[in-house]
This record gives sequence, structure tokens and C-alpha cells, in this order.
Amino acid sequence: MPPGAGPFKGGFPAAPRGKSPAPRARGRGFPSAFRPPRPCHVMLPRQPARGGGRRAVARGGAAAGGGPWRGRSGAREASSLATAVAPGPRVSSMASAPTSKYNSHSLENESIKRTSRDGVNWDLSEAVPRLPGETRITDKEVIYICPFNGPIKGRVYITNYRLYLRSLETDSALILDVPLGVISRIEKMGGATSRGENSYGLDITCKDMRNLRFALKQEGHSRRDMFEILTRYAFPLAHSLPIFAFLNEEKFNVDGWTVYNPVEEYRRQGLPNHHWRITFINKCYELCDTYPALLVVPYRASDDDLRRVATFRSRNRIPFSGSDFPDHLACPWNVLSWIHPENKTVIVRCSQPLVGMSGKRNKDDEKYLDVIRETNRQISKLTIYDARPNVNAVANKATGGGYESDDAYHNAELFFLDIHNIHVMRESLKKVKDIVYPNVEESHWLSSLESTHWLEHIKLVLTGAIQVADRVSSGKSSVLVHCSDGWDRTAQLTSLAMLMLDSFYRSIEGFEILVQKEWISFGHKFASRIGHGDKNHADADRSPIFLQFIDCVWQMSKQFPTAFEFNERFLITILDHLYSCRFGTFLYNCESAREKQKVTERTVSLWSLINSNKDKFKNPFYTKEINRVLYPVASMRHLELWVNYYIRWNPRIKQQQPNPVEQRYVELLALRDEYIQRLEELQLASSAKLPDPSTSPAGPSQMMPHVRTHF
Amino acid sequence: MLGKGVVGGGGGTKAPKPSFVSYVRPEEIHANEKEVTEKEVTLHLLPGEQLLCEASTVLKYVQEDSCQRGIYGKLVCTDFKIAFLGDDESALDNDEAQFKNKVIGENDITLHCVDQIYGVFDEKKKPLFGQLKKYPEKLIIHCKDLRVFHFGLRYTKEEEVKRIVSGIIHHTQAPKLLKRLFLFSYAAAAQNNTATDPKNHTVMFDTLKDWCWELERTKGNVKYKAVSVNEGYKVCVRLPAYFVVPISLPEEDVLRFQGHGIPIWCWSCHNGCALLKMSALPKEQDDGSLQIQKSFLDGIYKTIHRPPYEIVKTEDLSTNFLSLQDIQTAYSKFKQLFLIDNSTEFWDTDIKWFSLLENSSWLDIIRRCLKKAIEIAECLEAQNMNVLLLEENASDLCCLISSLVQVMMDPHCRTRVGFQSLVQKEWIMGGHCFLDRCNHLRQSDKEEHQRQLSLPLTQSKSSPKRGFFREETDHLIKNLLGKRISKLINSSDELQDNFREFYDSWHSKPTDYHGLLLPHIEGPEIKVWAQRYLRWIPEAQILGGGRVATMSKLLEMMEEVERLQEKIEERHHSQGALPAEGPSLLRSSARLSSLFPFALLQRHSSKPVLPTSGWKALGDEDDLAKREDEFVDLGDV
Repeated sequence: MPPGAGPFKGGFPAAPRGKSPAPRARGRGFPSAFRPPRPCHVMLPRQPARGGGRRAVARGGAAAGGGPWRGRSGAREASSLATAVAPGPRVSSMASAPTSKYNSHSLENESIKRTSRDGVNWDLSEAVPRLPGETRITDKEVIYICPFNGPIKGRVYITNYRLYLRSLETDSALILDVPLGVISRIEKMGGATSRGENSYGLDITCKDMRNLRFALKQEGHSRRDMFEILTRYAFPLAHSLPIFAFLNEEKFNVDGWTVYNPVEEYRRQGLPNHHWRITFINKCYELCDTYPALLVVPYRASDDDLRRVATFRSRNRIPFSGSDFPDHLACPWNVLSWIHPENKTVIVRCSQPLVGMSGKRNKDDEKYLDVIRETNRQISKLTIYDARPNVNAVANKATGGGYESDDAYHNAELFFLDIHNIHVMRESLKKVKDIVYPNVEESHWLSSLESTHWLEHIKLVLTGAIQVADRVSSGKSSVLVHCSDGWDRTAQLTSLAMLMLDSFYRSIEGFEILVQKEWISFGHKFASRIGHGDKNHADADRSPIFLQFIDCVWQMSKQFPTAFEFNERFLITILDHLYSCRFGTFLYNCESAREKQKVTERTVSLWSLINSNKDKFKNPFYTKEINRVLYPVASMRHLELWVNYYIRWNPRIKQQQPNPVEQRYVELLALRDEYIQRLEELQLASSAKLPDPSTSPAGPSQMMPHVRTHF
Repeated sequence: MLGKGVVGGGGGTKAPKPSFVSYVRPEEIHANEKEVTEKEVTLHLLPGEQLLCEASTVLKYVQEDSCQRGIYGKLVCTDFKIAFLGDDESALDNDEAQFKNKVIGENDITLHCVDQIYGVFDEKKKPLFGQLKKYPEKLIIHCKDLRVFHFGLRYTKEEEVKRIVSGIIHHTQAPKLLKRLFLFSYAAAAQNNTATDPKNHTVMFDTLKDWCWELERTKGNVKYKAVSVNEGYKVCVRLPAYFVVPISLPEEDVLRFQGHGIPIWCWSCHNGCALLKMSALPKEQDDGSLQIQKSFLDGIYKTIHRPPYEIVKTEDLSTNFLSLQDIQTAYSKFKQLFLIDNSTEFWDTDIKWFSLLENSSWLDIIRRCLKKAIEIAECLEAQNMNVLLLEENASDLCCLISSLVQVMMDPHCRTRVGFQSLVQKEWIMGGHCFLDRCNHLRQSDKEEHQRQLSLPLTQSKSSPKRGFFREETDHLIKNLLGKRISKLINSSDELQDNFREFYDSWHSKPTDYHGLLLPHIEGPEIKVWAQRYLRWIPEAQILGGGRVATMSKLLEMMEEVERLQEKIEERHHSQGALPAEGPSLLRSSARLSSLFPFALLQRHSSKPVLPTSGWKALGDEDDLAKREDEFVDLGDV
């Protein structure tokens, strides 16, 4: 498929393409020098791809009109206006301050308490919040064994979306509101042989750093019922039930699915240009089902070249069957993530090369990298950052993988970033939970924290991203990032580097686009890493990679408190809904699966919730600074455990007071606006010769309020 | 020092070579030959200050962009300071000049600020003491304020090296007579102009009137009186000339044991309960003397303990609390963590940072001080008890705890003037032995004299730095206090319960920043006071970030609001021209360093700081680390 011949009418500007000298490459792919007739070291699949490619594009074209980036239907949007924007005073979650002592402090909770603001309705008869589409399954009298306040008698309500517990004791206002999606594991504790309150117990392990324990009555098989119902609705996949996101009928006045439009995002970066083109080679995910449909690749590489390169950039156990292309390529090509607006160096991403023990080479891949190197017209080498520790990269050769060797890639420099694999990260987070839940490790907090290695991993990820960003920002060279498969550590590094380089991604919508692009569309395997609706809690594929990324973002926002438009609540909300299954945003492993399931049509986007209520997620100190590169300091001296996330369930540790500096600032902002208004009024008044301006409300002396909590 | 041996040896497993290759050679030193032409920088001497010795062509090393650079200049030693003359300070822009210390320049080290002097001989660093046989090629000075200076002497004339090195060693290490301290010659030479704004001055507590004023302010005058029995230090030299005792205490009791065994008033709570301190009576062996002491104390106690009206709780800080030795030991370990010689050392220690921090016990000591102060606040506030702090001389831990309690309970102490007055009242008049604790006279260098007692206090609260400590921003302390912290230590259950309830209930309510403030003492939000301890470390500075970023936004907004307010008033009162805008404090400094105002004078670029060593063996997780990311196909979706 020749570049630029795509059927995306009006999809991107024609201008740069017209001027492009590249027709030379059209149809011929790489310049002839690029196509040595020598045999490749890698088995190439047979070549019927042209036809396939064409078909793909044709279909893609058909889809383009109503395709995945189109908004949801207008009717739905219109009707959502009515319910979603509940006016209501901006009263604060702190209105419930007395209860919050016992409360679980999830944002989930807070948003629900604010009733219909988020489209949540209350079941009046039961006083249980319900989302449209949420149905009640059962309720039971239980004893909630609170690790902080002891046993509390309550009634638990289970719907197809949540577990909701209300205290039945007069002196406790406890409310638990837990989406079933956060449940990782349900276990029975005790039994007929044990005695006391725990005799018939359930222990629920959650993905968000807590456990819930209930004791039930022996009579009427209440534990068995609750166990079975919870298992059924928390793990719908095992019971052929839909994930709640498909049942959710919430309406919002903003459609989050329209936030990310890849064509627009690339256009924002000035792409396509002389050196980079947009390709639809993967339109139907036939070449790589974990890559998005739309990719940006070097102008000088034809789609045929891409196909050849693909075979070398993948995972070792790919069944090279007789079919056109292997089914499960990881991230086969270096595709562009970001281009520097001035020096035109780029960040590209892919998976490891299939070098293997024998040190296989692939001329196409080598040439392809060279093409990338040259796109910014620099003579310097291409910098390759392999996210793995050196030893692991070497070890991966045994299973067919490996890294770019010096002798094969003369014009590239390789650096290892020493970031560990998903298993290490999972164990590390487990250790964090051990020292913070339910009780915070007291006697040796700092050394315990150190022994979890969590912050050390954060440090390495940030350090890697800083190096990527620095290379590109200084214009030294373009950067290629990969790990093993190119969807975990690679996503962390590219997205963090982009956050450092491009201030656009530090706005609320920009960050949503970043997540949507580098994570969701480039195939971070959310379904496998999180295990949505899946009962296999011990699955080795689960790993808190995305959480680690958000933690890094939090560390950055902590170091640069004025550089991000969003606040901590925004990040916590994203993490809460990473598990909740209320929105379709994080479901499935890749774009192709999402498209197959029609996720954008059948579910609501998390960004709809956030963007229809942006004020709640805004950082008042935000100062927009274009072109400012942020380099956090990746030193243990500055990294801290994110207490408000990891230890938020502990009422003693929770920082209940809003940050006083922030509060003060918000007050001053309001005061300033009021003064400006008064000044305008005064100017009007004096020009109209109206006497006595002192009638305007509240003199300045009264207006300097003492700092008071009003959140 | 934190040897390089600390690092990497942990797991015992073979430590693989770090694979990160820096493209900036960290130890590269550019001694630009062109710069050898020394700039003529004049030495600023204070009135009464004398130049003692000097050396030319000294190379001062500057850490910059992870490589070292040298600047040639003159190193001088006066009877007040060591100074390096070479940096061209006129290059500072206005903002920077504004925050420059007018007395002590960037390259000045006062003699009393010198903590330790090292010499480098053949690449080896050795502490320098007394007479030297061999003179070093490099001089490293660690300061008490945690600055580290490196002076290269390789290009300096041998004669001058001898003179300057032995001069510096002598003047910073030899014992001194009190009257030889520089401040006396300074005071004699300088004009004494103490123009105090009566409204805004620090209460010195050197007159009866000051104490009466404080009694009145806290409404303590109902039960307590200021006495002048020690006027001219007739009774006791330790005690101030004027102080406050219970109203019913006969003045002659003060004379009985030279001021020992007397409850001395510190502060009164709004409910009438008082915080008092008492120095212990001399230890006696024979029963007769003990009997006398006991009956004396019984009488004394009746003045503050009259159940059911008044109950006193005694807090013996000498036996039930931290020892001064603990504090000293912890601090000397702790400060070493910040006296960093170079970038390599910074990153080598970074990996083990948390355990190094924990080993110093410093943060734990801070937490225990805060906790003790909260316990006392609870007694005063919730249990309506008087609290009597007892200590051998009532001049160390008493000062610390009593001033902490007041900062928590009395909003006045959180204003700049109030805080200065508090230091004056509790520490200066309270007889804290600064001369000994800071070893200003260098009596016995290696003895347990030096104790950094006032440091827990300053670490426990905000530092009154320049324009930052305004009355309006006193709520900041809460925030700052909230950052120190941690778990509880064992003590009696009942006490624990009262304390717990008081503490939890306070934290569950909205904060009144003009009332009682309790720091978080639980929770792993335990942090180093970065602005003090990291301020000179270039690797640790976040350009355009840190708490300063929000603070300066707040100040800017405050100024804007004030300006608008003025404009509105102007409109009200006259139709005249608007007043010219005053100079803004931070107008053009949108990108301050996180270490502001300290790091401001250090040149910095926008290059990121990159860790030079990051890899550490994972130990028990090694098998996991070797696994591949995954084995399962993704074909299941």
C-alpha cells in the first residue's frame, strides 16, 4: 500500500505530503540499496500481504466514517445532559467529615455520596446508591470486622456492580462501598469447628491494597450464599456473565471516547511530515493484533518493508504457520510515539529483536533503524534504550529474543535501563501491602520500606524516562525504546518521557490522550495485568505496571506542584476505575479486542466522568508553561511512598485536612476575582457618577478570612 | 564518611556491573586555564574584623552539571571567617542579590561554622588536627550548616599553603577564651543601632515588665507572679534576673536551694493550667538532708497541687526521656548523610538512603520529642492539669519540650515575633548552655559536650526564613509539623489511651489554624526537612519545583490581592492617580529552585541529574527477576 493513499478523507492535511520528495519510495518501498537480495536470517511469512493489506485499508476506510474515534450517538449525548449535570452546591466531601473517621476513603465513595452528580441514583427504599443499569442481587446482615475499629454490625447489599455495607450500630456511621471489580480473591474463613465472631467468615482480598472481612450467621447458609453471589458477580468471566461496564447505562454530557483521535494527536505533533507518514497497514489488526490500527512510520519505509521487519521484531514463540502472518506478534515495528517540535528527534517504540542464541540478523531491521536515525538529518547514532537489566536481555537470547548488537547495528548505541520484569514488580507491591495494611509497620518503617524495593523500582523507571527525554530534548539523537514485548516497561518509559517533554500531556485532556495512546491503544495488556472479572487471582500475568506508572506521575507532580493541571484525586480516580469495571476504558488487552467487543459503543468512558466534572480534578496551582521540559530528581531523597493512595484505608494515617497552602491559595483566587469584579463595578459607578460605592458587599477587611476548612 | 564500601555489598550475591553508561564524565574537571587570571575581588571586613593570613591561586571546586569545575582565587582567614575571593558576584541578577546574605557571603565560612577539616594527600582524605608535618594538596571543609568546600592547593606557593592551612586549623580548632570571641571586637567597633519597632519587637524577657506582659497575655497573672529576687544574679547565675513563680510561693524559698526545686512558670493555657519547669535538688545521701528536701518539696508542691482545684503532673525528663547523649549521637550520624563530597558519593548513598536514615535514629528522636510534647498538651488541655517538667538543670530538654508545647498550643508563638520571643524566653533566658552545647570555645573537641539540642526544635517546626514567616502563614507550621513523624513507643496503657483519644479526636476534626495544632506523629510520612538538610547539594535540587513553587505562587497571589485592595481603597477615597506599584518580592523568579533561597546563588542549568549507580541485587527476588515477562499467549481475547 503506498503511503498516503489511504482513504481517510480529511483525516489529515495534505500539505506536507504534497511537498514530500518521497514518491521515489512509492510502491518500491525501501530504496533499492535497501533491499539486498540476500536471504534473510529469519523465516519470512509468505507474501500475500499486499492483497490483505489492501483489503484491510478498504475496510478501514469504510469504518473511518463511523469508526472507533467517532463520538457516541448524539441522542445519547443529549439525553445524558439531563441527568448527569446535577447542579447542587459544590459541597464538599468534608460535609461528611464526622463519618469519615470510619469511612473507607475511596473516591468511589465520595463521588457516590454526592448523589446524582455522577449519575448515581439512590435506591430510596434501601438507601443504597445505584447506577443506571445496576441491579440489586441480595442483602445480608453481617458483622464487618474492621481492622481499625473492630467488629461492626451492618447490612451488606450486593448488586451486580458493588458491595455496599451500612452500619446497623447507632454510634457508627460506617459505610463501605466497594465496586466488585476491585475484588481479587474471596476466601472462606473458619467454619463449624471454630468459635466466636469469626466462625463463619469471608475474607475478601482487594486489588486496591485492602482486605475486607465479614462474619456471617451460621443459619440459613448465609455465608455460602454470599460467597457464591460475590464470586459470580466479581468474576463474571468465569460465569459467562458480562462485565458491568456493558450493563452500565450512565449518561454524561461529555463523551470521553472522543478525547483521543490518533489522527488529530499526530497532527498536533506536526505529523505526517517529510520523514514520517501515517500507515494503515494494520487497519484490521491482521499484522499485529496488539498494535493500533493507525501507526506512524518513517516515510522511507514502505508497507512491504514493514512486513519484513515485523518478523524480526516480535516474540520468540511465534507460530510461523502457513497463514499470512503470525497471529501474535508483540510490537513488531518501531513506530513513532513522539517527535520533538524543533529538533525533530523522535521517540519510537517496539519489542525486542529476535536475535536468539545464534545471533541472527535481519538486514531489513538494521536498515529500518538506520532510516529512523536519519529522519532528523543528524549524523549521530540512534540511541536504543533497552528497559531490561543487561543480564535479562542476555538471558532472553536463550528463548530467541535479545538485543541489538554493536556489530549488527553500527549506527546505534545501546543502553540498558535495569528495570525489572512484571513479576518483580508484583512481588514488590505485595511487600508494600504487607507493611502498610492493615497496620503500618512501626518499628522500622524506613528499612521496611526499603526492603520492598518499590521506590527503588520507581527510581529506575524515572531515571530511564529522564534519559530518554534528555536525549531527545538535547537533540543528541533519536531514541528507540523497547523491553521484551514492548507493552509494559516500554509504555512506562515512553509515556513518562513524553510527560517530561511535552507540556500538553500535563493537562487533564492531554494526560487522557497520553494514556489512551501509549497505554490503551499500543496494547498494554490491561485485561491480563489487572484481571478484570477474572477469578484467577494467582495469574502470573497480573502486575501493577500501570499503577507504577501513575505512581511515577504522582512523584513528578509532587516535585513540580505547579506543572500539572490535574490533582492527586484525578490520579486516584483513574486507579480506582482501573479496577472498578464501571467504565470500558481499561477493558481488554488491545485495540483489536476492544473493537471486536464494540467497547466504545457499548460502554462508557472514564473520561466522560472526569471531563464532565473537571473542576474536581484540577490543581489550582497549575501554571501553563509551554516548552518547559520537566526533569524530576530520581533520588531516594525526594521519592516518597504515596501515602494517600497506598495507606488511604487507615483512618489514622489519612491526611484528612486539605493542604493548607492549597486551601489558602484557592481562597485568594476567589478573593482576587471578587476584587476585580468590584473594581470594575467601581469604575462603572464612577463613570456614571454614582455615589457611595461602599454599598457593595463585604469590605476588604472582612474579606480576609481566617483559614477555615471548607472542603 | 559514608564510605563507598556501604554500597552494593548488601545481598552478598554477585553484583552485576551497572549497565548504565553516563555520557557525562562525572569526575571531569575543567580547570580552565584562562581563568587563572584572578579576578580582583575585595575582601569585605566587618567592623573589628582582622585579616590573619591568605593564600593565592587557590582552586575552589564547583559542582556543576555532574562535573567539577575550578575557579581560581584567594583564600583568606580572618578572626571571624574563612573566605574565598574569586567568584564574581556582580554577575548576580537583581533577584539573587536581593536574597544574598549581607554579612556572610556565598564563599564565607565563619570560624564557628567549621565542623571538620580534611586534607587530601595522594587522593586519600584524612582529618586534619593540630600541627601538620605534611601539607595537603586539597583542603576539604565540612561546615556545621552542611556546606562542603573543596579547595585545591596544588598551584599555590608552598609557603602560602603552610600559612593558610595551619592558620585555618589553628583558628578553628584551638581553645578560645570567651573574651576573644569575635563578637566582642565586633560589638566594640560596630555602631549599636537597635532601633526597634515597639509594635513588632521581640520580647527579650530581661525586664520585670516583659514577664508581666507575658503573664497578662496568657492570663497567667491570676495564679502566678513575676519576681525580682534574682536581680543582679544574687541567688543564682543560672536563672534569669526576673522570672515567674506561683503566687503563693514565698520568695525566700527561691533562696533555699539557689533556685533549685522551684517551679518556674513557662506558660499558661487558656483554662488556667500552667506549664512549669524545675531543676532538681542536689542529690543527697544522708537521710536527714533527704528529709529536709522532702518537706521542702511538699511545701512547694502545695503551691501548684491543690486537689481538687489544681492537680500537677510531674514529667521527669532526666530519667524517662531521651538522653542528651542519644541526641548527640543521632545527630552526628544524621548530619554525615548530608555532608556529601561529590556526585558519586551522593548516588552511592542514595540506594541505601532509607536504612542510613533509620540508622541515624534522628527522625525517631524528632518523633519522640513531638510525642512527648503532645502528651503534655493533652494533660494541659484535656485533663486540666498543671505540668511540671523536671530536669537536672532545667536547661536542656526542658527548653525543648516547653517550647514545642507552646508552639503547638499558642498561636502567638507561630508568628515570627512570637517565635523569636519564645526562643528568647525558653532558650536564652531559660539558661540553655549554648556555649557548651555548641562548643563555641572548643574546650574539648571530642567530648560529649556538644549537643545539638536546639536542632530538634528547629527541625520540628518551620524555620523563620526571611519573608516566609508571616503571621498569615502560620498555618504552614501545621503542614510542616505534619511531616515529621511516626509510630508510638511503649508506655503505660492508660496514658496511651488518653493520648490516643486526644490525638485521634483532634485529627478527626477540622483544623483551626489559630488554635491548638498537633503534628502527625504516626504514619510513614516521615520526612527529612529538605530545605535545611539538602540545601547545598546540587544533585538534590529540583529546578522550578518543590514546595517553593507553590509558596511563591501563593505570595504572588497575595501581592495581587493586596494591590487590588489598595486600588479599591484608592477609588473610595480619592479619584487621584493610582500609586506606583511597589517592587515585587518574587516577580521575576518564576522558576526558583526547590532549595530556594539557598541554591539561588548556585549556577545551574537545565540538564537533568542522572543517578550514576542504580542497580542493586534484589536478593530473595532473584529467581523472579530472571523470569520472562510472560509465557501465555495473548490469543485469548
